[in-house]
Amino acid sequence: MILNSVKLPHFASAAESLTEILDSPEKVIIAMSQHIGAPCEPVVKVGDYVKSGQLIADSDAFISAPIHASVTGKVVAETVVTYLNGRSCKALVIETDKYQDISDDIKPPVINDREEFIKAVRDSGSVGLGGAGFPTHVKISYDREKTPVDTLVVNGAECEPYITSDYREFIESSDEIVNGIKLLMKYLDIPNAVVGIESDKPKAIAEIKRQLQGESGIRVKSLRARYPKGAEKVLVYETTKRVIMEGDLPSSVGCLVLNSSTVSFISRYVKTGMPLFWRRLTLDGDIVDKPKNIVVPVGTTLKELLDFASVTEPPEKAVFGGPMMGSAVYDLQIPITKTNNAILVFGKQKQHKQTACIRCGKCTYVCSMNLLPTALEHAYDARDADDLKRHRVNTCMSCGACSFVCPAKRDIAEKNHLAKQFLIAVANKKY
Amino acid sequence: MEKLFIGPSPHIRSSNSTTKIMLVVIIALLPTLAMSIYYFGPRALYLTLVCVVACVIFEYVFNLITKRQQTVSDLSAAVTGVILAFNLPANLPYYMAVIGCFTAIVVTKLMFGGIGQNFANPAIVGRIVLVLSFTSHMSNYPVVGGISGVEVVTGATPLSALKDGDMELIPSNMDMFFGSHGGSLGETCALTLLIGLFILLFFRIIHPVTPFAYVGTVAFISLIAGRDVIFDVLAGGLLLGAVFMATDYSTTPITGKGKLIFGIGCGILTMIMRMYASMPEGVAFSILIMNILTPYIDRYTQPKPFGMKKEVKKND
Repeated sequence: MILNSVKLPHFASAAESLTEILDSPEKVIIAMSQHIGAPCEPVVKVGDYVKSGQLIADSDAFISAPIHASVTGKVVAETVVTYLNGRSCKALVIETDKYQDISDDIKPPVINDREEFIKAVRDSGSVGLGGAGFPTHVKISYDREKTPVDTLVVNGAECEPYITSDYREFIESSDEIVNGIKLLMKYLDIPNAVVGIESDKPKAIAEIKRQLQGESGIRVKSLRARYPKGAEKVLVYETTKRVIMEGDLPSSVGCLVLNSSTVSFISRYVKTGMPLFWRRLTLDGDIVDKPKNIVVPVGTTLKELLDFASVTEPPEKAVFGGPMMGSAVYDLQIPITKTNNAILVFGKQKQHKQTACIRCGKCTYVCSMNLLPTALEHAYDARDADDLKRHRVNTCMSCGACSFVCPAKRDIAEKNHLAKQFLIAVANKKY
Repeated sequence: MEKLFIGPSPHIRSSNSTTKIMLVVIIALLPTLAMSIYYFGPRALYLTLVCVVACVIFEYVFNLITKRQQTVSDLSAAVTGVILAFNLPANLPYYMAVIGCFTAIVVTKLMFGGIGQNFANPAIVGRIVLVLSFTSHMSNYPVVGGISGVEVVTGATPLSALKDGDMELIPSNMDMFFGSHGGSLGETCALTLLIGLFILLFFRIIHPVTPFAYVGTVAFISLIAGRDVIFDVLAGGLLLGAVFMATDYSTTPITGKGKLIFGIGCGILTMIMRMYASMPEGVAFSILIMNILTPYIDRYTQPKPFGMKKEVKKND
């Protein structure tokens, strides 16, 4: 079986630029919801002095990850940010001072067994760095009896246009990635690992293969450079030929999927104890003069990043994440979170006009999940819950390939998004 | 504060558009039009222009009267006009062609909701209505080189000659391929239709399955029925139908499997009509019948979603 996919322009103009480190901004706004799951509660008060890496927020909930200060300075306010999905959460504003000290608490964790390893990963504040932001410690504390995992799948596909932050991880610190893989295999007792990289990144493949010389149990899989090869179900299928059934997790087929940058971070944390409070991201877009990869403290506002980006004209659209699945923000004061792998800013916007569907079928030829996006659109327009379920709208991963290819410029992917919300509303009898 | 645009992802779109697709189809039709002008004289061009203008005006006026969004600029009406003209004899009176255009655009396409909503191929319905209404005009085909102004010399098409048993009127396969024989405007020259097919495939406008399944089925049946395979493939409107009409988006199945069934179905029906029906040609009727079956084919060839479980969990 060959999964459908779509050829996208790459725009990877930042690929060969060395990662730069952004100086500490004047202030950071750290949202209390940096991940999928329960938001954290602050453990510091307004007026407290915090140092980089110090724990500032935590939660008792299982699906959550602690948050650390990304700069040294004073907590000046507690505010509310309305986040990209329309929900709002608490946020701490920290004003930076000129001393950028590292917190005294930071020391490498002591790890002897699986439990200690999982606790260390939780303490590090690690979340999935590919974009979804699922807390890593939740992913690795799967039930070993019910769902034994025998393969670690490292996601280095980075299939969205523009984004090159994982690519830079491979080029600049492939040793950390390999070390991270070994740590995960050792403490979680996973015999095999496979690194999936798109074939249009030969340097990354060569680099990781060089690091893997003499290692056994870890292989590199070159993926066809098509979108969306980095989607979880697609990646697991392409690397292991295992099919994750609808509604199931990768652990149901014995796989654990982690982003390459997450794996590399875990390696660094185990060595140094430095928690996750920075983020490597790609800064690009049609009005960015010099596209680059930068490391920024979590909580830096978009506005400060743009000063750094030397844009050639006023931005009319700013996207957090890739152009296919990222969210357009309404305000330049929105802060960066742990999960942002790219910031894209665009100039003059042309509103596309939707015309009638001509049934050309292109949307179905690119759908990795083998759905009929045009049939789903009809079903949603008719608010037909049974038809939506019959056509399996629940398996749509909102990759946006259907909207991309549509010659009538219809927002098909958005309709699927709405359809899923509609089904939830129907299930809760709210419709 | 700067004003920022927000909108659903994806934030980049392909440069493809309905207008571009229709433009490529028109370009793919041009070699055949040029050939028909060469064979049938300037009246072939005039008839095509009349059809295109009539189709576009009908669509424009209909949208105006019904206060719908104007859709003339997507060029689909122009494509219908050209394809309908290709289905007509070059000496057909203009007013008859305009009646065909009205049937195609207003009755078949716009009254069912416009582009993408029509259940049958507009040009085919236009042709069938003309065949049934003006049978004698629609079956008197000008002989190549025999038409100048009002003076009309008509003769048999290869298929009607075969039907009537006039074996001496059947042209050689070489003449069939290059199109120097009687027939409607755009169906005679296989060479230019194949060029059109190549253009459509090159720009990925059509799925290759439909035309190959259609023509392949016709050739296969012709072979086992002991007929002249090359003649059957080249004769009548088969290539025009297989390349430009059986590949219409709105009225054919979406999936590759569905298109295969559609093409095979068209091929079987065409050969049944050629061999057993009283009329010489069956391409238009077979495509129309398969058009009507398309929703059913679509329903039973639905692709299986990746990782689909047999039973949907009941949410309520």
